[in-house]
Amino acid sequence: MALTKRQRARLVRFGVYGLTIAFLAFIAVKADWPALRKAFFDPEVFADQFPDIVIRAARNTLIITALAFAIALALGLVLALMRLSSIRPYRWFAGIWIELFRGIPALITIIAVGFAVPIALDFRVPGRYGAGSVAIGIVYSAYLAETIRAGIEAVPRGQAEAARSLGMSQGRATVSIVIPQAFRIIIPPLTNEFIALIKDTSLLFVLGTTADTIEITKFARDNVNKTFNITPLVAAALVYLAITIPMTRLVAVMERRAAKAR
Amino acid sequence: MTDAIIRLIDLHKSFGDLEVLTGVDLDVAPGEVVSIIGPSGSGKSTLLRCVNRLEEPTRGRIEIDGADITDPDCDIDMVRTHIGMVFQQFNLFPHLTVMGNLTIAQRKVLRRSKDEASDVARRMLDRVGLVDKTDEFPARLSGGQKQRVAIARALCMEPDMMLFDECTSALDPELVGEVLDVMRTLAEDGMTMLVVTHEMGFARRVSDRVVFMDGGNIVEQGPPDTVLGDPQHARTQQFLRMVEER
Repeated sequence: MALTKRQRARLVRFGVYGLTIAFLAFIAVKADWPALRKAFFDPEVFADQFPDIVIRAARNTLIITALAFAIALALGLVLALMRLSSIRPYRWFAGIWIELFRGIPALITIIAVGFAVPIALDFRVPGRYGAGSVAIGIVYSAYLAETIRAGIEAVPRGQAEAARSLGMSQGRATVSIVIPQAFRIIIPPLTNEFIALIKDTSLLFVLGTTADTIEITKFARDNVNKTFNITPLVAAALVYLAITIPMTRLVAVMERRAAKAR
Repeated sequence: MTDAIIRLIDLHKSFGDLEVLTGVDLDVAPGEVVSIIGPSGSGKSTLLRCVNRLEEPTRGRIEIDGADITDPDCDIDMVRTHIGMVFQQFNLFPHLTVMGNLTIAQRKVLRRSKDEASDVARRMLDRVGLVDKTDEFPARLSGGQKQRVAIARALCMEPDMMLFDECTSALDPELVGEVLDVMRTLAEDGMTMLVVTHEMGFARRVSDRVVFMDGGNIVEQGPPDTVLGDPQHARTQQFLRMVEER
């Protein structure tokens, strides 16, 4: 008997639902829940993580993130403008910078900034979070430069032309008219990169950490080693989510507000 | 005519191999309203955009008030404050309110105070009949209102001349009239205007001179009644027949 298109679609849908439920049921029955709970959700170990994981580790993660993102944004904006410049050496420099730091693993760049630069130039980035946030800032400047460039190119040409026709210089038109609109366009990818940056602060363990600079992942891994239990990492995961989810909500609100002015 | 406010001499413009302007000469006297008509691709918009150097001419001279603005040492930003321009696509700044659109160049370029800039802005909005839209964002305006705001924005710089680049072509037919009305009052107030348009009624009734362009140069020009009513060249006659048949 031939099925109508609608009947067939319904059959497929119920098939997918059925398979999903069967899979979840299989996991629920087969999984060794007591063993899992003991290794990953030990309530005592979990409670021990707090409040330190928040007031020390999360605090450091957020400070490093803020510093690194500010550096990345400033550098990225300059690089994007260089990339779009009519002056060829500027374009070359920005192109090389972007290819370099996008292509090299972040871990290697962090090690270079943290160890190679002090050895080569006898210069240490000042500040407790200095080397780490500069290193991550450099890595992300490469990504942000491309995002910002795309945003600037997405602003209609007529906008700059209107600004120039009113007597604004190219620089003034870029700063007052083009860049504000570019940033509105790139809020979604910028949010992505911000979240990726938060998580990449966990790479800074390679520079060695003190009690003053320890961030969430390193904090949790240390406690895993201490307790022989994986629960601290679960706590860490929850702390990351407690940072990222409210942030994406906040950005969504900002975006809706900006959309009104389109 | 030695007192031309806009003077184009042997103006050439090429995009790659494509020659868009083939040596145009045109003088516009102060207070004169000149309409440029012609088929699409005839180079009329490019010509207009050369006047404030939004397009760089390939060859030739552009004199504004007697000064050659193709001179590399000429401060083009300064010159542009004297030349208002209105675009087909409005090009209002979407991130700023109507007031922001009208004041930003006054403040950043002319260095006017906030109060002075808003006073001028309100006066110009009054001229285009939109004082009540001061705090709206452009997205909330109709096409006709957007274009009137764009005209007011250009007027805020108190320019000596205005360029209109097919400024009613993107509008719904019922909104064209309100923009043309504003342009007519501007003309009556003595503004020098160079208008690229498809509105034959406007060209006929408001302009002092009609210029017909085709193939990158001026084919015929003169008083509107002559060019539109009794065209001498076959190309002009053919174009006007096509326009009338619509």
